[in-house]
Parts: sequence; C-alpha cells; structure tokens
Amino acid sequence: MKPLRVSHYTLTTAVGAGIGAHAAALQSQTTGLRPCPAGHAPSPTWTGQVDDLSIPLTAELAPFDCRNNRLAELGLQQDGFIVAVERARAQYGADRVGLFLGTSTSGIQQTEAAYAARDASGALPSWFDFDRTQNLYSCAAFVGLRLRLEGISHVTSTACASSAKVFASAYRALQAGLCDAAVVGGVDSLCRTTLYGFASLQLLSSGICRPGDARRDGISIGEAAGFALLETTPGAGVALLGYGESGDAHHMSTPDPSGRGAIAAMAAALERAGLQPADIDYVNLHGTGTPANDLAEDTAVATLLGTQVPCSSTKGWTGHTLGAAGIVEAAISLLAMQGGVLPRSLNTRVVDPALRCAVLMDNRAAAVRTVLSNSFGFGGTNCSLIFGMR
Amino acid sequence: MTTLFVAGVGCWAPGLEGWATARAVLRGQTPYASRAVAVPAPERLPANERRRATISVRLAFRVAEDALAGTDLAADALATVFASSDGDTPIVDRVCRALCDRLPSVSPTDFHNSVHNAAAGYWSIATGARGPSVSLSSGDSSFASGLLEAMGIAIVEDRDCLLVAFDVSPPPPLRGPCRIGEPAAVSLLLTQRRRPGSLASLRISMVSPELETPMRDAALETLRRTTPPARALPLLAMLACEAAGSVRLQGAGGRTVALEIGTF
Repeated sequence: MKPLRVSHYTLTTAVGAGIGAHAAALQSQTTGLRPCPAGHAPSPTWTGQVDDLSIPLTAELAPFDCRNNRLAELGLQQDGFIVAVERARAQYGADRVGLFLGTSTSGIQQTEAAYAARDASGALPSWFDFDRTQNLYSCAAFVGLRLRLEGISHVTSTACASSAKVFASAYRALQAGLCDAAVVGGVDSLCRTTLYGFASLQLLSSGICRPGDARRDGISIGEAAGFALLETTPGAGVALLGYGESGDAHHMSTPDPSGRGAIAAMAAALERAGLQPADIDYVNLHGTGTPANDLAEDTAVATLLGTQVPCSSTKGWTGHTLGAAGIVEAAISLLAMQGGVLPRSLNTRVVDPALRCAVLMDNRAAAVRTVLSNSFGFGGTNCSLIFGMR
Repeated sequence: MTTLFVAGVGCWAPGLEGWATARAVLRGQTPYASRAVAVPAPERLPANERRRATISVRLAFRVAEDALAGTDLAADALATVFASSDGDTPIVDRVCRALCDRLPSVSPTDFHNSVHNAAAGYWSIATGARGPSVSLSSGDSSFASGLLEAMGIAIVEDRDCLLVAFDVSPPPPLRGPCRIGEPAAVSLLLTQRRRPGSLASLRISMVSPELETPMRDAALETLRRTTPPARALPLLAMLACEAAGSVRLQGAGGRTVALEIGTF
C-alpha cells in the first residue's frame, strides 16, 4: 500500500499526559503503574491509573461526562492535537475528515455508578445518560463534537485490538474515497467490570505485570487516550506502511497456542507494506504478561520473523490499556523510531526460557526505520501494524 | 463509484422472522403483525456453545445463516462486519448488578461474552473464518456505518463480505435510558462481482444531509425508528420488491449515506 502519513499524534496514559512525558519515562525506565487502591479490585493488583481527570467540560460536552470521555478530553488537549485537526479541517473540510476510534468498555464506569445509585424501585438515577456515556459510540460522538468533525465515523470495539484496527478502517475509508484524512485513536478507562472480569478469568497479575518473565502471572490494567491524524499527502516523517487483520477461530478468551492467527496478521501486514521479515527493526509485542498470551505470541513471532529481531512489550510502563492498547503502542513505536531508542521489556527480571524471541532487557540506542506492533483480543481477533520513518 | 452485489439477505425481528417471511411482508403480500417469537439457536455452533449462546449471538447467527442459505459461498472465505449500537445489554445488566453485591463478582463467561465482538468471535470459531472482521458501533447509524466498512473491505481487501447488524432489547432498568425497543437483526451478503442468484446491485456513497427514507407502513416505521438494525428496512423493502431506486440512511457524523439499488 501507499504509505499513510501520521502527520500528528498524541498519547496520555498513567505514565503522563503528552508525548514528552512518555519519551522521558521510556528513557528513564520509569513505570506509570502503582498498587491498585484497596477496594477497587477483588484481589491485590497494580493498575495504570491517570490521576487527575478533573478537567472541565464545556456545557455542550457536559452531557457526555464520564471517566472515558474526560480521559478523551485530557488526551485531545495534549501536543497541539486539536490545532492540528483544525488545520486538517480547514484544508479538507469538516465532512472529509474521518473519525475512527477504538474502545472496549466505553463509559461503563458510569453505568456501574448508576447501578450502585438505583432507587428503592430499582430504577436508575436521572443523571444517568446511557446514550452519551455507556453507548459504545459515545467516545466518537464526543470527540467528533469536540473536534467539529462531520465526516464518516465509527467506533471499532474488538476488545484489545480495537484501536489498532481503526488504522485499517481509516485506510479503507480513504481508499474508498469516503474521506481525505482521518483521525484515529482509542480511549479506554479503568472500571470495575474489567478489574473483576479479568480477575474471574485468573488473568489479573497479583503485582506489577512482568511481560515475558519466567514468573509472569497476568496483566496490570491501565487506561489511556491516544490519537493520530492520518493523511495521504506525501511528506517526510513517520507513516503507516502496512496492516494485517485475522481471526484465530480458536477460543473466545485464550489465544491459539500455535500462533496461526497472529502469524497471518503479521504476514498480511508485511505483504501490504511490501516488506520482508528481515526489514523489521523492532517488534512492539502485544505482550500482556499472561502465561498463555506471551507464549503464543512468541511462537508466532519466532516462526515468522525469526529469533533475532529485538522485541519488547511496553505494558510494563502503561499497563494493558485494553481497547486503547493499539494506539498506545502505535505511539510508542513512532517514538522509538523518532528517538532512536528501542524500549526494553520493563519489569521483566528473568526471561522465560520457553520464549525464543530476543526480548530486550535494556533500552537500546538504534537506528529504527521499521517497526511492527501487535494487538490481539478476546474473540480471537488479531491486528498487526507496520510503521516506518522515511 | 464501486458497485457491490447483494447475494443474500437475512432478517429477524418481531413479525419478520426470517427473510422469506420478511420478504412477503415487505412486498405487501402478508400484513405486518408484530409478535414475540423466540430466536432459534444457532445451527453452526457446537451443541455446548449453542445452549449457552446469548440472545445477541443467537440473533446475529440467525440472520447470518439466513443470508448464506441458498448460496454456495463458503462462510470461511468471507470477511465479516458486525454492527451493533449497544451489543449485549443483558450482560451489561448482569455484570453491573453483580458488582453491587456485598461480595462483588463477575461471571467469567459473562465477561468474555461481554466484548462487542463476541458474535464475531463465535462466528469465526463456528465457521473457521480467519479473515478480516470488524465489530463496530455508530449508535443509531450502526447499519449505515457497517455498509460503508463492508464497501471498504470489498474494495481494499478484495473479499466478499457478510454484514450483520443486530441489537437486543435492554432489560429493566436499562430500558428507558437505552432507547432500543424490539430486538432486531439484519444481514447482507455483499459480493464484489455479480453471481448467479444475485438479488440486486448496490452503490453506496456519502452525500450532504438529506431526509432518511421512511417506511410507508406505520408499524414498520415504528420498528425502523426504534431499533438500529431496522434502519435497513427501506433497503430490504426494495430488495423484497425487486425494485430499483434510492434509499437514504442517516450516517454517523451528520452526512447521509446514499444507496442506489439496481435490478437485473
């Protein structure tokens, strides 16, 4: 495919608000994860919480008030992203800039709070606005209003691959002539549904997550908002070179141990980019830190790309931000290329001897031109993205 | 502009149980009468999963199987788009109730079935489909967004695409805050090339805001307006009548999605 230029991007996670905070934390190897406050989860764990979401919303946006949309607002305000989109809107027209966002749980924290506030008859409180908070499209309706976009838009919700797959949807909409530029991204926020849900599946780490570690025991859940502006106009800088999507057709919540689906997604991304396995300089792994995920992904990467390419999961910094993981790790991949530093597998003490890939145990300075980022989710959904700097 | 072809249609809503029934109603051969009928269990799921399938998975499978019936297209070769405004609100209700218990807990089955792509995941497992699959929401415009995504997939991925739109009735106390009325599901099997048995051609574009195409029958118009998948009814009516013409759908973000239906 013709490279799709990432002309602007921004990222907000527990590590900090904005790209600069992430570049600094990646450099200093400082995690954003902390012990989860007592009472929030069924058992002790660590989370990647964005601390201050007291950000004000305008009267127009107030009906959308929920943790997820506040996180979106905080994310949009970083790195001059709103100004960049204003420029694109002026250039292409508000109805020619597409909007494709990913989330897994949208504003469900608001619904949890509404259920806790039911009256004696069991009715939900009057302040609860289902359509503008719980509804899956809520974050795109909110961001669309905030950025004054009037073009094609949808929310992709495919669990933890959601905000990787939005790059594919944006590319398709551009190719089909439905828009001339696109804002993509993802927003997912901490809620009891995911803390208790992952605990029920015994996938929640008892401490800080340790991707690829011999003694890894699960995920640390994080929250994040990230956005990117994609344009087809030529220019130097970073670009999406390829993407690949596949389904495991195996199990709802366990990856195919053969890695077949993950291999298909990575191979499709390579083919679309017109690249060979040897062209990949770094792999940002999905690397959740569960025993089964890391092993299956290792099998897939080793099979397709070999065992020499440097790999790491960066969830040790941000936690697993679920529906936002795709955009978080896309942004970190872009940072790796622009900063010339490959991030290590943070919190990993001893690499699992069963893993064959070259897991980075320290940050490494390197000229990075091409990066592959993996995102996999429940339902057996896989998405691989390839970014390049030219 | 790209032309797609409709190789199959599926439908399930109160009074429109299956495409054969819906077709007769939409052609005016049978009067429309809404009634509550249980959604049959998915044929393609293994027995264990079939018994446990949630209402949203049942609806999605029913219309997907309906659209594929009578075609020789292999389900495992198709890309899929699953469009739903709100996914499985009965699970949202159970999870949020359970979190209010003195000892909160979430059922692991409810949790993995709560993802918006649950129907897509089960369909992939049931059929062996390993190709691209998108599960999306655009609120009331979810069907229109699904059509646009399916068109993009046909153009870029060079694949025929099964589009499934479904939404279920929210249980109390979500009924009210969530405005969805009756459960409904619709599917279209969209191919890149005309095939023997193709029902119609379909050209899809985005235009400046225009009024949506309504249903003439008052009860069908109510259904169309109160459950997002039923926004497809004006298109289904043209397919049922084997008529050429235009349909306008409200798109997400403000523009209108224009459909031009051609017959052979």
